[in-house]
Amino acid sequence: MRLEVALPVIIPLFFGALTLILWRWRLAQRVTTVVGTGLMLLSALWLLSATWQDGILVMHMGNWQAPFGIVLVSDLLGAIMVVLAGISGFATAVYSLTSMSKRHEAFGYYPLLHLLLAGVNGAFLTGDIFNLYVWFEVMLVASFALLILGGERAQMEGAIKYVTLNLVSSAMFLSAIGLLYGLTGTLNMADIADKLSYAEDPGIITVIAMLFLVSFGIKAGAFPFFFWLPASYHTPQVAVSALFAALLTKVGVYALFRVFTLIFTQDVDYTHEILLWVAAATMLTGVLGAAAQFEFRRILSFHIISQIGYMIMGLALFTPLAIVGGVFYIMHHIIVKANLFLVSGLVYRLKGTYELKELGGMYRSHPMLAILFLIPALSLAGIPPLSGFFAKFILIRAGVEAEAWWIVAVALVVGLLTLYSMIKIWAEVFWKAQPEEYANRPVHGSAGSGVLYLTIGGMAALTVFIGLGAEPIYQIADAAAHQLLNPSLYIDAVLGER
Amino acid sequence: METLMAFTVGGLFAAAIYMMLRRSIVKLVIGLVLLSNAANLLLFTQAGLLRGAPPLVPEGAMQPTGVVADPLAQALILTAIVIGFGVLAFAVVLIHRAYEVVQADDMDQMKDTDT
Repeated sequence: MRLEVALPVIIPLFFGALTLILWRWRLAQRVTTVVGTGLMLLSALWLLSATWQDGILVMHMGNWQAPFGIVLVSDLLGAIMVVLAGISGFATAVYSLTSMSKRHEAFGYYPLLHLLLAGVNGAFLTGDIFNLYVWFEVMLVASFALLILGGERAQMEGAIKYVTLNLVSSAMFLSAIGLLYGLTGTLNMADIADKLSYAEDPGIITVIAMLFLVSFGIKAGAFPFFFWLPASYHTPQVAVSALFAALLTKVGVYALFRVFTLIFTQDVDYTHEILLWVAAATMLTGVLGAAAQFEFRRILSFHIISQIGYMIMGLALFTPLAIVGGVFYIMHHIIVKANLFLVSGLVYRLKGTYELKELGGMYRSHPMLAILFLIPALSLAGIPPLSGFFAKFILIRAGVEAEAWWIVAVALVVGLLTLYSMIKIWAEVFWKAQPEEYANRPVHGSAGSGVLYLTIGGMAALTVFIGLGAEPIYQIADAAAHQLLNPSLYIDAVLGER
Repeated sequence: METLMAFTVGGLFAAAIYMMLRRSIVKLVIGLVLLSNAANLLLFTQAGLLRGAPPLVPEGAMQPTGVVADPLAQALILTAIVIGFGVLAFAVVLIHRAYEVVQADDMDQMKDTDT
């Protein structure tokens, strides 16, 4: 019985309830939210260090032994994801202190934030496939409400697309669970993996695997299911955008990593070949979509899609080095992408618009912000010595070693086009002079933006840290990949030695 | 019985997709209702259909005698129905609010967010 496995789920649930009680007292809500997300981050770090030292940790809920009860399992991938969720949750909570208006806070922003984090952490830690569905729904319901907080027209339209496609994905997921349960008679993921290794009919398993691929592909924003993402991510409050960009699609990616390394490894030539094509198409469509956009957050939204492609590429190549690259990429991406959205929010606060054509001259007026933008932007494009360079380098090296030349070519071209998009933002927002007619727009001004600078600076420092200290991060990713590629470690940890 | 259920589930999925491809957002939500119910029925059928065999342990025995229905699948469906109900309640409120804001129930008029 290891308590630390459950803490990252219990803490946000507890603070979610607490902020509900404190509904009328804004100040108290804000303080408890920062404290709560901070505690969650600490518990996540504790979990990661415990998992690093003692191997895969398992907690049997209610002391019902696996495979009959629900288990929470923390392997290194899960623990890493929980830490990343803690970092982005804490950063968002601090950022919200000045960026969130009273009107939005009054409609339950803070309780929803905690519920979303609880759902995300639950999904990362559960070892039961139906429980994964439940955590997905917890996360989705909270995200629905966060998405329409404010109730503007664009939010409503984006929300309809987001809600519909995510519900379709949930229905697919549920159907796939039903079929899998009919086949194996169990819901425990370790037990399913164990039972499927004796299954004699790989055809039906591949069909179920494809259902999971579609379902998680919708959630991850993979080609051709990504349409809900650019339609909705630029509409909510910017702190919400940043949190969504950091975590929601990554839950889908995590689920793909989990099921396609643990459960569906019977017919790797077929399933992972499809994943490879999906990865290539996701990268290309995302980056080309971004090239056509001239709105700050829309460009970033499309870039989420193209980055998802890199992560899936790591999974699809399915060599030890490629999985390391995929895990490294997730770590790099969550920090960088959340930070870019936070920068866009500060630009909006100072200038009152997200349209690139109406912006300009910010390098002259806010040189500090320009540098803080440049760090995550260049990291996203993969310029050494920032974190993105090492993430891309590992993946491309893995592609070369696997002799999958065309995916390497796609990855390199997409990296170049990413640089193009980032330079476009740099040139339009920071470098060129602001057009006269937009110069005198009423804005919030820079009052209270110190906290925002602090958050952005902290995240940028993390990016630099991952880049300069790539070796220890690589070690962690390497150990996580080792666990992923040896499912027997996971199965033995959950079911005990047999 | 399972064959009949299979056709029912297939029909429900087809009807759901058809409704979701319509332009009206009300029909879209009806499609979502059908879709979640189709998934629930699929889960129900997968566990095997068994009449008049409740999973009860007779008094004094340690385990049920004979073949009994699978209670786990029914527990899952119960959970899924509750979740689906909550989410659909949200979806209904959402389309109502969207109708008030956009002044149309036509998906083709909701293009502000796509370019």
